[in-house]
Amino acid sequence: MTTTHARPAPVGGRIITPFFVFLCVIMGAAGIVLIQRFVFGLGASTHLSDGYPWGIWISIDLIIGTAFGCGGLVVAWLAYIFNKGEYSPLMRAALMTSLFGYALGGAAVMIDLGRWWQGYNIMLPWLWNPRSVMLETALCIMVYIVVLMFEFSPSVFERFKMRETKQRMMKIMFIFTGLGCLLPMMHQSSMGTIVILLGYKLSPLWQSNLLTLYFLITAFTMGYAVVCFESIMAGVGLKRPIEMPLLSKIAGVMLWIMVIFVTLRFVDLTATEAWPLAFAGGIESASFWIEMLAAVGAIALLAPIGNRSQVRPLFLASVLMLTNGFLYRLNCYLIGFNPGEHYSYFPSIGEVLVTLGIIAVHVAGYLVLVRLLPVLPAVGRAKPLPAAAVAASH
Amino acid sequence: MDINRRQFLSHATAGGAAATAAVIAAPEPAQALQRAPHPRKPEALGLLYDSTLCVGCKACVAGCKEANDRPVEIYPDQESWNPGLWDTGKGLSAKTMNVILAYRDGSMEVKDRETDGFAFIKRQCLHCVDPSCVSCCPVSAMIKDEVTGIVYNDADRCIGCRYCVYGCPFGVPKYDLEAAVTGKIHKCELCRHRLAENRLPGCVETCPTGATLFGRVEDLMLEAKRRLVLRPGDVYTYPRGDLNGRVGPDTPPHDKVIEAAYLPEIYGDRVLGGTQTFVLSAVPFDRLGLPHGNVPNHSYATETEGIQHFMYKGMIAPTVALVALAALAYRSSRQHREDDDNASDADEGGR
Ligand code: SF4
Ligand code: SF4
Repeated sequence: MTTTHARPAPVGGRIITPFFVFLCVIMGAAGIVLIQRFVFGLGASTHLSDGYPWGIWISIDLIIGTAFGCGGLVVAWLAYIFNKGEYSPLMRAALMTSLFGYALGGAAVMIDLGRWWQGYNIMLPWLWNPRSVMLETALCIMVYIVVLMFEFSPSVFERFKMRETKQRMMKIMFIFTGLGCLLPMMHQSSMGTIVILLGYKLSPLWQSNLLTLYFLITAFTMGYAVVCFESIMAGVGLKRPIEMPLLSKIAGVMLWIMVIFVTLRFVDLTATEAWPLAFAGGIESASFWIEMLAAVGAIALLAPIGNRSQVRPLFLASVLMLTNGFLYRLNCYLIGFNPGEHYSYFPSIGEVLVTLGIIAVHVAGYLVLVRLLPVLPAVGRAKPLPAAAVAASH
Repeated sequence: MDINRRQFLSHATAGGAAATAAVIAAPEPAQALQRAPHPRKPEALGLLYDSTLCVGCKACVAGCKEANDRPVEIYPDQESWNPGLWDTGKGLSAKTMNVILAYRDGSMEVKDRETDGFAFIKRQCLHCVDPSCVSCCPVSAMIKDEVTGIVYNDADRCIGCRYCVYGCPFGVPKYDLEAAVTGKIHKCELCRHRLAENRLPGCVETCPTGATLFGRVEDLMLEAKRRLVLRPGDVYTYPRGDLNGRVGPDTPPHDKVIEAAYLPEIYGDRVLGGTQTFVLSAVPFDRLGLPHGNVPNHSYATETEGIQHFMYKGMIAPTVALVALAALAYRSSRQHREDDDNASDADEGGR
């Protein structure tokens, strides 16, 4: 039976560590850039140009950041749709990461919006353009952020001993779970449709009728990989046991999804006769090959069944899958994009700082919340927990 | 075919105009989900730009700036020798919504010749029949006029997401990145504010040769077809201003001997779903920097909207999926909750 899994509990421990202070410094630097951006404008703080209207704030913070936030999606599918209750220990951490990934992606959009003061226009139904793929994506992301908050809320209710509220919440949770399984599939796939519009401006190495499907697939591969990566990092960093049996089962699923992804890409590139571009040299070819090799590397690591139950190969495979998804999406939005007319783009220091700041908020937020809220599965008696935490979980 | 495409791309990236033309096979077949293309509007307005008539005086660039109150363009690396007297833009920008660019090859001896020649091209919004920018804008801030087909931007709606900048296949709309907080989208709107006062677009009014001609799209198409049958040595009477002489001052036509043979194609007739601004030229269009040969004869918006429509029509598929997923989640959450309740009861008991 699945009833005996460890219940989540706060990890406890010191919050202000040297690493945490380091993260705060990055956040501070990003904050200064934000002031610059909102006082002097986008041109003053970024290297965006007439040829490159979207830089790393969109491609990395939003398009890739939300893919890193797909852990909640994949674990929810396993735990609630395929009804594999044994995966629920991974659920809360995955949901929390998703919430961070999405909320911060949304924040990046607000920073990037040129006419941010009327950004609420996107919520006015009489202005909606139903033919716009971006409208669907934007609305869907906004709703999903709210859904994630509901999905994550039981941890907060538990922490503050709001037992009644939590019970009531749990009764209607299936609605949010259903939405949480559906909405990301909608907007993640739409992110692929968005770049179909680029047509010839996107290199044939990435331009494809299947972009919609590819972005859906990479949402799942990156979602799985993030869950793996994070569990192992949390295990090593916070000195906890790693949920190895669960991770190795997921690894089998990962392997098959990766195989499907690479096969489709291969057939597609052959059908559209795009291969010569892979050998044309230059940054596009290089980025293409790193993306592809990362995928093949992950498959090679996950193929031997013995590897899947070992920390090291599994960790490496998840890093490779994240690299693959990261580069695939970056290639589609930025590197494979060619607006012509001598335009070039490399992010400004300010853009990089804001992106790092967003990652810092993510990591710092994770570290604070796992210590304060019941997110990670409780660990036997290995480590004495603070009194509050003990009371909440036992 | 792939060799040609690669050649084309390497030209495009090198940006050079110094290699053989890429002759590329017919446009790729449309995808299965594609929506039907939008038809031309019968009363649509547009321009006919005849590259062989253009003398590169750039009066239209100045005319556009004046008509639309845009400043001259001086790039940072031009400041040392350009104290503000010359408008030296080399492409479209938030300041420059209309620009004349030069094609140069080799010794540049003869106008309108591909090798060892030169030619001019006018870049601006082509007012697509099926515009990507209108399709992609989430807040309906890019609007195609129901009657005239003019594509314009409503800044009060625009949120500055710049998807239209990213998506336009002709690289037309530009967001004013330099503005601190008041940035907006700038693009040619065919001087609709002047047309409302029965005045010609700034570029047309100032064009001395009639290279930029204004008119109803249907009429412009006929005019373009008349020119395509001309042969070098023929004399043709070129109209100026408004083709039908209805808008703006009366500008007399002029006779000119045809020197270079026209390419047998009206650019904008079919490319990317068709446009309301046509180009005639003696030098291949891709050499002039226009997307040609590597683009289909339908708007990319027919592809994205087709996929969008397939998945979200009436929100039926998402609703069905949601009910199914919620039902499955309900089933497993009941089991989980029983587990959960048992466990918390046990906790309670233990406490
Ligand atoms: S040329 Fe670009 S901006 Fe003009 S209508 Fe077409 S898609 Fe829109
Ligand atoms: S920048 Fe403005 S006009 Fe362009 S797509 Fe975004 S909201 Fe629409």
